[in-house]
Amino acid sequence: MKPKVAFYWCASCGGCEEAVVDLDEEILNVVNAVDIVFWPVALDFKRRDVEAMPDGSILASFINGAIRNSEQREMAETLRAKSQVVVAFGSCAQLGGIPGLANLFDAKEILQEVYGDGVRPQMVHRENGHSLSLPEFFDTVLALDRVIGVDYYLPGCPPTPKIIAGALHALLGADLPPKGAVLAPDHALCEQCPRKDTRPEKLVLKEFKRPHQMIADQQTCLLAQGLACLGPGTRAGCEALCPQGNMPCTGCFGPTSRVRDFGAKALSAIASVIDGNTEAEIARALDAVPDPAGTFYRYSLPSSLLGRRRMG
Amino acid sequence: MPGVALAREYKYMCSDPGQELIRQDIRDHGLDRIVVAACSPHLHEKTFRHAVAEAGLNPYYFHMVNLREHDSWVHADKPAAAAKAMDLIRAAVRRVRWHVPLERRQAPIHANALVVGGGIAGIDAALTLASAGKHVYLVEREPTIGGHMAQFDKTFPTLDCAACILTPKMTAVKSNPNITLWSYSEVRRVEGYVGNYDVEIRRKPRYIIEDLCVGCLECIQACVFKQAKVPDEFNLGLGKRKPVYIPFPQAVPQLVVIDPETCIEFKSGKCKKTCVEVCAERNAIDFKQKEKIENIRVGTIILATGFETFDPVRVPYYGYGLYPNVYTSLEVERLVNASGPTGGEIVLRDGRKPATVGIVHCVGSRDVNTNRYCSRVCCMYSLKLAHLIKEKTGAEVIEFYIDMRAPGKAFEEFYNRVAEEGVSFVRGKVADIYPAGNGDGRLILQAEDTLLGMVRKIPVDMVVLSVGLEPRPDANDVRRLFNIGCSGDGFFLERHPKLAPVSTFADGIFVAGCCQGPKDIPDTVAQSGAAAAQALALIDAGVIELEPNTAYVTEDACCGCKTCIPLCPYSAISFLEEKKARINEVLCKGCGTCVAACPSGSIRQNLFEDQQIFEEIGGILTYA
Repeated sequence: MKPKVAFYWCASCGGCEEAVVDLDEEILNVVNAVDIVFWPVALDFKRRDVEAMPDGSILASFINGAIRNSEQREMAETLRAKSQVVVAFGSCAQLGGIPGLANLFDAKEILQEVYGDGVRPQMVHRENGHSLSLPEFFDTVLALDRVIGVDYYLPGCPPTPKIIAGALHALLGADLPPKGAVLAPDHALCEQCPRKDTRPEKLVLKEFKRPHQMIADQQTCLLAQGLACLGPGTRAGCEALCPQGNMPCTGCFGPTSRVRDFGAKALSAIASVIDGNTEAEIARALDAVPDPAGTFYRYSLPSSLLGRRRMG
Repeated sequence: MPGVALAREYKYMCSDPGQELIRQDIRDHGLDRIVVAACSPHLHEKTFRHAVAEAGLNPYYFHMVNLREHDSWVHADKPAAAAKAMDLIRAAVRRVRWHVPLERRQAPIHANALVVGGGIAGIDAALTLASAGKHVYLVEREPTIGGHMAQFDKTFPTLDCAACILTPKMTAVKSNPNITLWSYSEVRRVEGYVGNYDVEIRRKPRYIIEDLCVGCLECIQACVFKQAKVPDEFNLGLGKRKPVYIPFPQAVPQLVVIDPETCIEFKSGKCKKTCVEVCAERNAIDFKQKEKIENIRVGTIILATGFETFDPVRVPYYGYGLYPNVYTSLEVERLVNASGPTGGEIVLRDGRKPATVGIVHCVGSRDVNTNRYCSRVCCMYSLKLAHLIKEKTGAEVIEFYIDMRAPGKAFEEFYNRVAEEGVSFVRGKVADIYPAGNGDGRLILQAEDTLLGMVRKIPVDMVVLSVGLEPRPDANDVRRLFNIGCSGDGFFLERHPKLAPVSTFADGIFVAGCCQGPKDIPDTVAQSGAAAAQALALIDAGVIELEPNTAYVTEDACCGCKTCIPLCPYSAISFLEEKKARINEVLCKGCGTCVAACPSGSIRQNLFEDQQIFEEIGGILTYA
């Protein structure tokens, strides 16, 4: 009997599902090797099908997306019970991801922003003696490991096909990586960046630029050109896809194992190259970073030391 | 508290019995971590590390809670301070668990010394080091050594002739085989670390071949300029010199200098070059001389770069530069001096002898608009100038002072002596100086006499502004060059005002004289002696012990992003061929800048590991 695997999505954009499909012909090898027992985006299985499975009967569940409502938490808990291994798949599950920026607000503020003073969603709807309820919308978006135990992490927004294939091989192979491992290299992206050698030893900048304000040179280090590239602080593994596409790294692979707070380190790395002695000079240098929280904590606010903005 | 096996209260833990208590407890109870919550690691971290080590434990298994600077000295609310003390102790207990054994390392010390600045401080320090058999490089920016002291006439309070006591020391420098004197030179680059400083020195061209010039000064006589026309720097522009000149007769080295800004040969290339003719077969003049770069390695450096007098143009209501009869005190030193521009005659610019002289104290000192500090020497040199003016001209001298500060040895006696000689004193800060308006050229000094309680307007022929002492205008550049600090007033910062007054925060670099703050000659010489002694202690130890709280790169993890390299204030980080950063642990001072900045967390620091810091934070934030 082939080992069973499940794929599930929580608060996510669907990109991680795309990434699985992006495996191309490699996916045929996957399908040959395993039984996919649950994959709502592609296959018609229901929640009750999973609930009916014996505990531990699934080899591995790949869960993408952050946890931001009660339904996602329940499904995560269910899959945890049914699976030998849970993999946090992609930035949102690993670190909270872009949905995690909602932690700069709370549920009340978000609902107010979206619905204004108009009609609000009704949490419970009753009709002819039947009732239908919406899941509870949390104040705080959580990374997957704040809700259930997570065995492995696949970084990336989304994880690249190479990273996914590598993870599948690792899980199906004899030598399992140590629990808690992030299944990507443990050094920063500069290591894989073809532009690495063009960064000067003593780099200082009076100002940063945003990508739309310039046409970046194709060969030179993007940070040296004034783009706030987060490659120096971001875990390698993507093979510098964005820099190779002439765009700065935004940090989706998250921190290395040695860093506890990605955003603080990223901020520190960017601040370190600013050449300014007065507050005004420093402020001017950072004009091109109009949204520091959204820049430095783009993928990791829920897993940062602070986790969220303190309300009230 | 979890992890605490034994807690003790003892009044003087730093005393011998207190330390013995710690050693005994380590032996009796098998303690493997020690936390002391007492005054300050500044004072006693070493004491307790030593005690812990004597009991056989690695000294870095010890941690000290700073209850002084972090708590009792900065809080007035006693219960809150006590609560904070407990938080700090909890943090220390949690942190110390994660300490690992560390070793102190040693680095060799190069035996040569560099002294920067050839005033009395630098001269004295160089002579002391040289007499101990060390080779000294003495670098002076001006064409001659001697500094400000060479410009003074007499010295207070003994009225010793400044030149008489200084010039023997200057010639001793020149003749000492252990001293390499490079005048007209500046330090351009400093690299390396305590015991091993690599220094690049730029020797400006004086257009004279030093080895060939015999100091006969015939070239000055022979210069096509029959009259000296260039304002003479040494006499503050009160006299004139030629394009080829020697700053003053006793200059050391006894070498002339050619000033290319005014020399006709440099200007037009068409001079008759009578100087070259008279120099004849000595052939010491070289118009094509270029600057020369010297590279030396020294173990220790003494900075004695001196001061600048306050420029009273910055106090416009005193009229300096506007009214010709307003002088600075340093100008008057030159007027009084027998080798000065007037041959020692105190005369005004129009040649008249002053009948009344007003001396204005605290110009550029003790004033929120200029410098808040007291320049320490002005009261006494003002008294000295009053005495000399009175002695030489018989003029009536009036001193306008805020407070008369005479705390040094024999100072108060000198004050009384000058008062008895008939110098008048008005206790009040001069508010304005303006012409008398009756065409006699006199100036009115207006001040509130705080003893009489009235405003006084006193006409005088000559005003002497007792200007304060300021840091050199380029003190900040020099500070950066040598990687030391400046205090708020801009003078070089000593490591500790009481217990390390000549050390700096850069190991092996010491300060002496007025570059560290205003002081008189006795204090300067005392300080240069102290700096020389510190330098000798370092050199003679041969090796230096280095604290292990340095940063290190986990090279496997480093991605070679180079973020850290320009950040290091000590230039301790280099980029290896294998595209990794490496920290020279001898250079590293453990400031932690690179550790915080390393984006991939690949730089760590002994005694400041992430785990230790997070435990500390956790300890503080856990409310007991």
